[in-house]
Amino acid sequence: MQVTMTVNGEQVTRDVEPRLLLVHFLRDDLGLTGTHWGCDTSNCGVCAVWMDGEPVKSCTVLAAMASGHEIRTVEGLEREGQLDPVQEGFIQEHGLQCGFCTPGMMMTARYLLDRNPHPTDEEIREAISGQICRCTGYENIVRAVRWAARHAAAGQAREEVSAP
Amino acid sequence: MTTAEAPPANPVGFGRMTRKEDARFVRGKGTYVDDVVLPGMLHGAVLRSNLAHARIVSMDTSAAEAHPKVKAVITGKTLEGLKLAWMPSLSHDVVPVLATDKVRYQGQEVAFVVAEDRYSARDALELIEVDYEPLPPVMDAREALSPGSAVIRDDIEGKADNHIFDWEAGDRSATDQVFERAEVVVTQDMLYPRVHPAPMETCGAVAHMDKVSGKLTIWCTTQAPHAHRTLYALVAGLPEHKIRVISPDIGGGFGNKVGIYPGYVLAVVGSILTGAPVKWTEDRSENLMSTSFARDYHMHGEIASTRDGRITGLRVKVLADHGAFNNTAQPSKFPAGFFHVFTGSYDLEAAHCEVTGVYTNKAPGGVAYACSFRVTEAVYLVERMVDCLADELGMDPAELRLKNLLRPEQFPYMSKTGWEYDSGDYPRALRLAMDIAGYEQLRAEQERRRRAPAPQGAPAPLMGIGVSFFTETVGAGPRKHMDILGLGMADGAEVRVHPTGKAVVRLSVQTQGQGHETTFAQIVAEQLGIPPEDIEVVHGDTDNTPFGLGTYGSRSTPVSGAAVAVAARRVRDKARLIASAMLEVDPDDLEWEKGRWFVRGNPTSARTIQEIALAAHGPLELPEGVEGHLDAQCVYDPPNLTYPYGAYICVVDVDPGTGVVKVRRFVAVDDCGPRINPMIVEGQVHGGLADGLGMALMQVIAFDTDGNCLGGSFMDYLLPTSMECPSWELGETVTPSPHHPLGCKGVGESATVGSPAAVVNAVMDAIGVRHADMPLTPAQVWRAMQGRPLRTDLALA
Repeated sequence: MQVTMTVNGEQVTRDVEPRLLLVHFLRDDLGLTGTHWGCDTSNCGVCAVWMDGEPVKSCTVLAAMASGHEIRTVEGLEREGQLDPVQEGFIQEHGLQCGFCTPGMMMTARYLLDRNPHPTDEEIREAISGQICRCTGYENIVRAVRWAARHAAAGQAREEVSAP
Repeated sequence: MTTAEAPPANPVGFGRMTRKEDARFVRGKGTYVDDVVLPGMLHGAVLRSNLAHARIVSMDTSAAEAHPKVKAVITGKTLEGLKLAWMPSLSHDVVPVLATDKVRYQGQEVAFVVAEDRYSARDALELIEVDYEPLPPVMDAREALSPGSAVIRDDIEGKADNHIFDWEAGDRSATDQVFERAEVVVTQDMLYPRVHPAPMETCGAVAHMDKVSGKLTIWCTTQAPHAHRTLYALVAGLPEHKIRVISPDIGGGFGNKVGIYPGYVLAVVGSILTGAPVKWTEDRSENLMSTSFARDYHMHGEIASTRDGRITGLRVKVLADHGAFNNTAQPSKFPAGFFHVFTGSYDLEAAHCEVTGVYTNKAPGGVAYACSFRVTEAVYLVERMVDCLADELGMDPAELRLKNLLRPEQFPYMSKTGWEYDSGDYPRALRLAMDIAGYEQLRAEQERRRRAPAPQGAPAPLMGIGVSFFTETVGAGPRKHMDILGLGMADGAEVRVHPTGKAVVRLSVQTQGQGHETTFAQIVAEQLGIPPEDIEVVHGDTDNTPFGLGTYGSRSTPVSGAAVAVAARRVRDKARLIASAMLEVDPDDLEWEKGRWFVRGNPTSARTIQEIALAAHGPLELPEGVEGHLDAQCVYDPPNLTYPYGAYICVVDVDPGTGVVKVRRFVAVDDCGPRINPMIVEGQVHGGLADGLGMALMQVIAFDTDGNCLGGSFMDYLLPTSMECPSWELGETVTPSPHHPLGCKGVGESATVGSPAAVVNAVMDAIGVRHADMPLTPAQVWRAMQGRPLRTDLALA
């Protein structure tokens, strides 16, 4: 079957099997390997991307279900050569080690900050609680999101995101 | 980004700096094994046994072979023809690549399909018919040696039981004497249950056999690329110079990616048979059910002391469940790893341990999960025993530890089981942890709460405080004592300064998130004064790096870090000779200041390392015996292990109605010697603490008596999330290792080793129970409070 969707602002059309998972579509068909796969059961969140502005776990979304929708992945965080404050925060606060959960964590963090520019630590922990990191013990991820909150007007970022 | 503050300049040497590798990771531009795509690449999938113990009567692969997208179906029979059906384990046993006679655990590899795409390969697995004759599974390690037990390893000629080895350490008779005259003896059985490291990236490989050149390239999730290359050469008879193992970005290892799994070998065989590159990536259930587990030690501990709390002896018997094949990874001499460091941080009169290894119908593996070769089990044992003793004596557990910790003047200390601890100031670390935690105030709060009248409605939470003190044994190791399958545990490094003063350092070890590209650049920067951003770190590719045994057992900094430091110092020494020619002075008249050699008494007469590098490649007439260029190498054979240590304090609140444990605070004081990059060290500790909390409270790979794995997905195998983890509170002391060139001791596994006992001690303190086995799930805590703790390894029918 044919699917058409917008991925990081670019329209793509491909012929796929109806059962193809979005995570495999992004990775194998589009070569966007920043989105990872980790568990099959929607528990780990390393595959988190945005669909129409909302985080989804792309291992439990079919490419067919994403047809006609707008997808944003980690590759779409950086804009015009400028890192998103969330990306910069993960670097500055050592919010990543092996880097495997990082893209999903950053997508969730960006979503949180767009809606809640100054979250408390508890709100940050709640926001990433559907995702697993085995390296950091979460402490520096919380600090990274806090760094991003301090260093950017999240409303600005949101406008950029929703601009056509 | 418009509002960023100017980032601080990087230190030229040790100090906090952000990681060089992060630029690619935050952009989603890392290259993990499953990201590797080659032209014409095929995809493999493994058919696994759904039974724990069964004879294979027959197998029909014809329907799978007829699938239009299938290129090859490989079975044990295929491999027998290639003499590849079995391969050597890391512990002088054998393991099947694909089962030929029997399956011996649920999830064991039975067949391999190579197809045009991932999904078709999986489809074809469904088309393979296997006729099994079920056999009684041996799931209870405690029954494995019973006379009536089924024999798992009938492939071993003459094998009539499930016994693997008996091993002991320490002085049995001296220990017996200490126990005979002891005023107090406390005995406690405890299980360190089977757990799985579960890195977020599962295992996988892309194998490409180039038929023209005869060169095999394997991109692989391995923590030890050089050891893998040698083993492939030995097992498959391939010439070693025609094998290239590339370990690209790795999504976490924790020991899970030390061994060679059948899937890797099958990808290689698939590529040889089809002539195309073959990718194999396991799914999460395959990862949890078939790759290296950790722990699974049933321990019977005894601790002896005087009535006033001076610990005199420790005696332990261990039943070690190794699964269906003895495939633990540790130095050959030590079948129980470094478990015999179980006397921990205390000054005892005598100690003795016995370990018996047994086969069961469970996945093999054994040393995996940040354990420093079974030091985790040893620390858990001694730290639980000390708390049991404190309970018996009615003493405060911190006070009991302070009374018995090794004193600074006792170092170097020869332990009763033969370990030479390098350096330490243990009481200082524990006192610091107590200060940070506010130990006295916490005990006062606990007392207040216990005396407070019961509130109306929901019962008040029970507060518990747990202390643990650990000594690690890492940096394996001295090659005369330590090898894996005959490969000595020394590591090579090479430092090369280019004409323009930029450098490249090549490592034998490989990062799975530890930040080697930054840390090792800082080690060279500290020695040579070249900024870390001017230093490229090359690792994880056997064609481009010197030989070494890889990254596990917290050995990268203790072994490879030393190799790099020594190589860089050799470069500095060579630079001195070249500088002397440039300045026309005697080398003895030169003094080093980070980044330059200058003439003693005349600091303006100097040459920088960059100037020297250019001269080393130029027409300068070099002193006699000095070759051109500026480089050096080193193979570092550690004279001893290193002994990082730490003091941890955990505060929990337990809901007495539900048994739910909330970790309120966790204080961790670590001493790993000087910190090359404190930010990275703290990150390592954070991660290890979460690991320990997970094992103490949530994680277990249990089985039912029919042989089914009960932890085969993340829905059943629970890992800590941001909600269970507190905000970790860290402290540090610095006691350099006297024998390491940088004084560094390694830190990767410290927190995983030290933290589980602190959590369990805190929960036991809260509920007033002497012992209950991990994981302390709400059900287990609640049962323990009723005096009926569960066995956590086995779901009894």
